[in-house]
Amino acid sequence: MSALPPYATTPQRVWYYSFRVICGLIFFFLIAPIVVIIPLSFNAEDFFTFTPEMLAFDPEGYSLKHYQDFFSNSDWQNALYNSVRIAPLATLLSVSFGTLAAIGLSQDHVPFRRAIMAILISPMIVPLIISAAGMYFFYSRIGLQGTYIGVVLAHAALGIPFVIITVTATLVGFDRSLTRAAANMGANPVTTFFKVQMPLILPGVISGGLFAFITSFDEVVVVLFVGSSGQKTLPWQMFTGLREQISPTILAVATILVGISILLLATVELLRRRSERLRGMSPT
Amino acid sequence: MTDSAKDDGFVVFDHVQKSYDGEILVVKDLNLSIGRGEFLTMLGPSGSGKTTCLMMLAGFETATHGDIRLGGKPINNIPPHKRGIGMVFQNYALFPHMTIAENLSFPLEVRKIGKSDREAKVKRALDMVEMGDFGGRRPAQLSGGQQQRVALARALVFEPELVLMDEPLGALDKQLREKMQFEITHLAHSLGITVVYVTHDQTEALTMSDRVAVFDDGRIQQIAPPDQLYEAPENSFVAQFIGENNTMEGTIEEIKNGVALVKLDSGGMIDAKPINVSKAGERTRVSIRPERVEYNRDRLSPDAHTLKAEVLEFIYMGDIFRTRLRVGGNDEFIVKTRNAPDQRRLTPGETIEIGWMPDDCRALDA
Repeated sequence: MSALPPYATTPQRVWYYSFRVICGLIFFFLIAPIVVIIPLSFNAEDFFTFTPEMLAFDPEGYSLKHYQDFFSNSDWQNALYNSVRIAPLATLLSVSFGTLAAIGLSQDHVPFRRAIMAILISPMIVPLIISAAGMYFFYSRIGLQGTYIGVVLAHAALGIPFVIITVTATLVGFDRSLTRAAANMGANPVTTFFKVQMPLILPGVISGGLFAFITSFDEVVVVLFVGSSGQKTLPWQMFTGLREQISPTILAVATILVGISILLLATVELLRRRSERLRGMSPT
Repeated sequence: MTDSAKDDGFVVFDHVQKSYDGEILVVKDLNLSIGRGEFLTMLGPSGSGKTTCLMMLAGFETATHGDIRLGGKPINNIPPHKRGIGMVFQNYALFPHMTIAENLSFPLEVRKIGKSDREAKVKRALDMVEMGDFGGRRPAQLSGGQQQRVALARALVFEPELVLMDEPLGALDKQLREKMQFEITHLAHSLGITVVYVTHDQTEALTMSDRVAVFDDGRIQQIAPPDQLYEAPENSFVAQFIGENNTMEGTIEEIKNGVALVKLDSGGMIDAKPINVSKAGERTRVSIRPERVEYNRDRLSPDAHTLKAEVLEFIYMGDIFRTRLRVGGNDEFIVKTRNAPDQRRLTPGETIEIGWMPDDCRALDA
């Protein structure tokens, strides 16, 4: 935002400052709940509140014991293992199918494109509890309920809309004459896809994949319905921990998850910028 | 056509029709034969079907009816990537994520050509368009003219016999365009490739081509070498579309010894060469090029018919004079004369007599 010009009128000045205040409030509202858990996770006591020692910045008030608990407790380690087993595979499926769907649906000759698109996007719009209940009954019938594959498929279905949306957005700026040029130079459709189209829509594929990954990694409702104790993921364990144990370990886990999310987002953003710079995307 | 090339039917359109919606024909019964080594331009206004024809040849559109043959073989059912035709796209279509050298290397890689061979061919192609030092750059780092050269090199690097160009110079400024026109023609002839070039710029078509096919309304209106097209248009559309042209409407009075006597609607009689008119009483549009109009009485034959004209505007353009006249009711009658030492400079308001050789004035369909 530019500085206030010298000829600004009083209402403009008022708006100039109130705009900043409003922005600040919005950010505070969004971020404060997340920020507050970080110091709390270093609490030396088994409480969810700031102890007087913590407020006095007394080193005695802080400890890493909740982190220790997370890394030694078998329940938590099991949950971590399950999450790490489920999320990447679900992401892989979401990215593959989502990208294919987006490319297919961006072709003009496909009939009922809008209707198909709406159906594929629906897991994002329909309340999660409804999807979860539906999946529960459906997966029970076909023997997928309570299996690893079942949870992976359910999470993939939740992730696909994100991939479709990001890839479709990238495809809007994709110059179709590039695929024609590739064909003209003798490349078959498969080569054209991997050598020309894929590298150019990669930023969209990556950000879609990231959203799909975080969806699966954070998801609790669907996994409660579709999974069984063998697929207990981190969010599930956190939910249980909150309800049954009320242990601040959950704050340590939350902090770790926030850290992972920030790291992932930052990495992907850096990669995306790098690839855009490398491609020298012109503003046209 | 160059001396060595003759029309051996290297590329043939045989009764080709194209419709996108099943109702309206964009291309109506196209018959065209292009010789090996020929530089043929498809010229026409937008929507005339010329680009559709090019796309059918490249394989991106299918013909609704009729055969397209390349080297004697029908190619209707061959997908684009198996046709082996080079193409320069209107927006160049360079791959933005590859360097210039990688762009050129792409058609060679998909043909499984060895690395050292590939590098040699890429270098040769880049040198050919004077872009040898730019192999490591990316397309976005080049100017429009440079991108154009790269696109040209990329279309030629796998040594296709036929290269298609879809308005490749449209985005360049005038000076660069003229330079590239010359370079492309020169390259095409020295490599002996066949070029099908699409443009809506008639100057480009006239300066570059061996033959020009003028498209309108899904049909070829005339196909001829540039000089014939300009000097002997076969119908009103071609006469209007190519170059500047003065037209007057009238009725044929009589046709005798290959000369038509035309009674103009504005009054007055003139001589014209009958082209697609055949009998007295027929409506006609006579057409005369501005540079073939004469107002020096002694340069006309003694029995030539002349018209009275009033000078409205005299524009000095350096090498030529451009004079706007009122002839009959027409205020837009243009005369171009060379700036020669003995050439008379007209003054607005003066009344002169104009005439022409009967051969230069063509009586066409109305």
